[in-house]
Amino acid sequence: MTALTDLDMVAAAAGLEKRDFTAVELIQAHLAAAKAARDLNAFIVETPDAALGAAAEADKRRLAGKAIGPLDGIPIAIKDLFCTEGVQTTAGSRILKGFAPAYESTVTANLKRAGAVFVGKTNLDEFAMGSANITSAFGPVKNPWGRGSGKDLVPGGSSGGSAAAVAAGLCLGATGTDTGGSIRQPASFCGIVGLKPTYGRCSRWGIVAFASSLDQAGPMTRTVTDAGLMLSAMAGHDPRDSTSAPLPCPDFAAAAGQPVKGLRIGIPKEYRIDGMPAEIDALWRKAETWFKDQGCEVAEVSLPHTKYALPTYYIVAPAEASSNLARYDGVRYGLRVPGETLDEMYMNTRAEGFGPEVRRRILIGTYVLSAGYYDAYYLKAQQVRALIARDFAQAFERVDAILAPTAPSPAFAIGEKMDDPIAMYLNDVFTVPASLAGLPALSVPAGLSQGGLPLGLQLIGRAFDEETVIRAGAAIERAAEFDSRPSRAGRR
Amino acid sequence: MGAYRIQGDSGAWEVVIGLEVHAQVISEAKLFSGAPTAFGAEANTQVSLVDAAMPGMLPVLNERCIEQAVRTGLGLKAKINLTSVFERKNYFYADLPPGYQISQYKHPLVGEGTIVLDMPDGSTRSVGIERLHVEQDAGKSMHDQDPRRSFIDLNRAGVALMEIVSKPDLRAPEEAGAYLRKLRSILRYLGTCDGNMEEGSMRCDVNVSVRKPGENFRTRAEIKNVNSVRFVMQAIEHEAQRQVRLYEEGGKVVQETRLYDANKGETRPMRAKEFAHDYRYFPDPDLLPLKLSADYVDAIAATLPELPDEKKERFMRDYGLTAYDAGVLVVERETADYFEIVARGGKGAKGGGRDAKTAANWVITNLFGLLNAKGLSIGQSPISADHLGKLVDLIADDTISGRIAKDVFEIMGETGRDPADIVAEKGLKQITDTGAIEAAIDQVIAANPDKAAEVKAGKDKLLGWFVGQVMKATGGKANPAMLNELLRKKLLG
Repeated sequence: MTALTDLDMVAAAAGLEKRDFTAVELIQAHLAAAKAARDLNAFIVETPDAALGAAAEADKRRLAGKAIGPLDGIPIAIKDLFCTEGVQTTAGSRILKGFAPAYESTVTANLKRAGAVFVGKTNLDEFAMGSANITSAFGPVKNPWGRGSGKDLVPGGSSGGSAAAVAAGLCLGATGTDTGGSIRQPASFCGIVGLKPTYGRCSRWGIVAFASSLDQAGPMTRTVTDAGLMLSAMAGHDPRDSTSAPLPCPDFAAAAGQPVKGLRIGIPKEYRIDGMPAEIDALWRKAETWFKDQGCEVAEVSLPHTKYALPTYYIVAPAEASSNLARYDGVRYGLRVPGETLDEMYMNTRAEGFGPEVRRRILIGTYVLSAGYYDAYYLKAQQVRALIARDFAQAFERVDAILAPTAPSPAFAIGEKMDDPIAMYLNDVFTVPASLAGLPALSVPAGLSQGGLPLGLQLIGRAFDEETVIRAGAAIERAAEFDSRPSRAGRR
Repeated sequence: MGAYRIQGDSGAWEVVIGLEVHAQVISEAKLFSGAPTAFGAEANTQVSLVDAAMPGMLPVLNERCIEQAVRTGLGLKAKINLTSVFERKNYFYADLPPGYQISQYKHPLVGEGTIVLDMPDGSTRSVGIERLHVEQDAGKSMHDQDPRRSFIDLNRAGVALMEIVSKPDLRAPEEAGAYLRKLRSILRYLGTCDGNMEEGSMRCDVNVSVRKPGENFRTRAEIKNVNSVRFVMQAIEHEAQRQVRLYEEGGKVVQETRLYDANKGETRPMRAKEFAHDYRYFPDPDLLPLKLSADYVDAIAATLPELPDEKKERFMRDYGLTAYDAGVLVVERETADYFEIVARGGKGAKGGGRDAKTAANWVITNLFGLLNAKGLSIGQSPISADHLGKLVDLIADDTISGRIAKDVFEIMGETGRDPADIVAEKGLKQITDTGAIEAAIDQVIAANPDKAAEVKAGKDKLLGWFVGQVMKATGGKANPAMLNELLRKKLLG
């Protein structure tokens, strides 16, 4: 029998249903794996007691014939950006160290209601700001890939802890959040599936805010079907979030099983950027043939404003962040560093509480919103953002989904690109446009680099058409036959 | 009324005033959270997770507050903008938990409107409203409770305010006072703000500049948070005089924020730090633009009550009241309603059509006098409108004289009783029986034959003495007109 930690959700659910193992056995295997893999630093907090309790409840329900659904008893991990009642929630920041909210985020509450068992809270870039999971106040996360090669690799970010935990078999799935690529890029780096839903699909209530107009929660899993299963549990209208879409949620997992014949796949020509590694370009072209082989039309499309996406993102996201993070002032909760005056207390608290990347983005955001600069930066960025969204809308008149690489490189070593924020920001070049347009986008592992590291491909769909994205993603999954695990790629 | 001018060495100066009023919206819950808004609750007991800006909390617009603001906009005859946008005004302060106030900036809910001022001489004057926007209130900082610490009460944090901005149309402290009183009256009619300045549910920032008549506007100073109508008028006077002195001495007014010190009777600048903000406004990404339908606005318009201006006009037209009397009666809706019951004979009463001027006099002179003396509001009046109406009837049908009526009114004020009962019990009914009055006159004449002779000889003045004597003999109840007539007949033939 496959090790319990190597199952996907569908297989695990089937095993539970057949009484091959219990939810308690399943969580015990994952808790043990998490304990054994602490060198990855994937978790900030593990919650074994609560997990065992929840698993026992799930077993009880199943015995009584009252299992809730496919997630009942399934171990998942929660990015430490989701507020979890009574469990420390830090956003990877010193300023929230020790903060245990008295409330549960909508998404995690939905997952609990579906019977999911929480392994713990995963590490992340501080306030989700980063692409390598090196800005966390709780230390960097190591990518389970490339372990033993002598050089530790980054898992990507900001949902690096979640990606590493799923890839390393510490849980069957994890929540992530994606503001400019924070689900998709680490999914690509760690060889797992990551789905950023349409903006408004999952409630933001109870998720520590980074950039409100971009933040969106989504699943990180081993398979596309699992991503659909998990999204169905996470998503839904929430009156407590005014930007949550009042739309019904279809059966997302079912979409993975639908044939793609006749689907029109667009290849955005502006994504063929200078300096993209040949292996990524080759993989991208290979995927075109996969789609053709499965009866799809493949056509080139143009998204002319793509080159402005990154600068636009690095105005809009920091602007919102500078305001969203103002509440961490030492007055009501979290870190307080005293001062002689109120202003001094603010300065002391925020200087000690925030790391350099967060401080950088607060400064950028404050600058672009300042009197005299607002029109030139923020307002202009909003106008460009509208043009980027229009590019997509026009492309989607001709195609049903857009295929592109997820990231311009495989995972790199911890310590690389540290001194050059711009080089770091370039990681998001392929993920940011869909974020700005609020569109659903999925990263699927599609192959390995020459160095044996996973490479993901991305599918971008129409707003609230996650089903087509999942359907097309499953087609890549089938064709790529990516079954690599970091264990088979050099684990000690 | 002559124009308000400040005399300087170089001539007369005109004062230019604009007011920004923060009016707390009457609503059960706060603008973006479900926390209650009641005044006077124990500190920090009306605070939701959203109000305390806990991580991950999101604002959800309370539609009731928008309805109230639209209602207010309609009451100010203003343009309702069907699309408006909530923006964040960013600044750090301990009583502002999120580090920003959600307000409206470039796209307010309500655009230009008008307020008509009723001046003391009965004239009216139109003042422009620039805009009305909806925003959150901050919490309260208390710096005087402890030598080393400040305390924060977040009960008020997030309560809905309407900021109502006038155009710089006001030219005298009196006008600013009239503006505030009229605005308060309209808000109370609409039931959108209780207008209570002492409790802070209505607060005022005053923009003041001076100029030579005919000039363009000069630099203004803003006086923050003045908390009574009287202080607003005083602050304007002091600030205008300060600016005139400054100009006359060759100085310049700088655009700044000042505070009014009512004890010293002066304005002084706030510390630079208290207002040197770059608020970095931007649309709040947690909230969608607010879109209203024309039908929604029309439905609210259909429920608007008769407002003071229309009521005043109706009172003048239907009851023949003077502008002054009508203006006084309509300031508060309760007073106007009270008057109408007195004048018309109450709901469903057959009475209908008492003398409106008499009714107005009784309300304005006697009732207001009584309420003032006792420190009561119209709602607490010991005399009901029905009873006051009956009193007017008792005078009109000659049951009692005006003089007796005043005594009856006094008893009503003490006891709250029906005037008819008081008249019956105390036997105050007027004597209108000719025989009875004649008998009383005869008695007085018989007792004072020499005085009677003097009157007959032409000493008219003594006639009044006789009236007094007969009144005394009848306990003041003789009908005065009949008494006069009969006395004249008897003594002068």
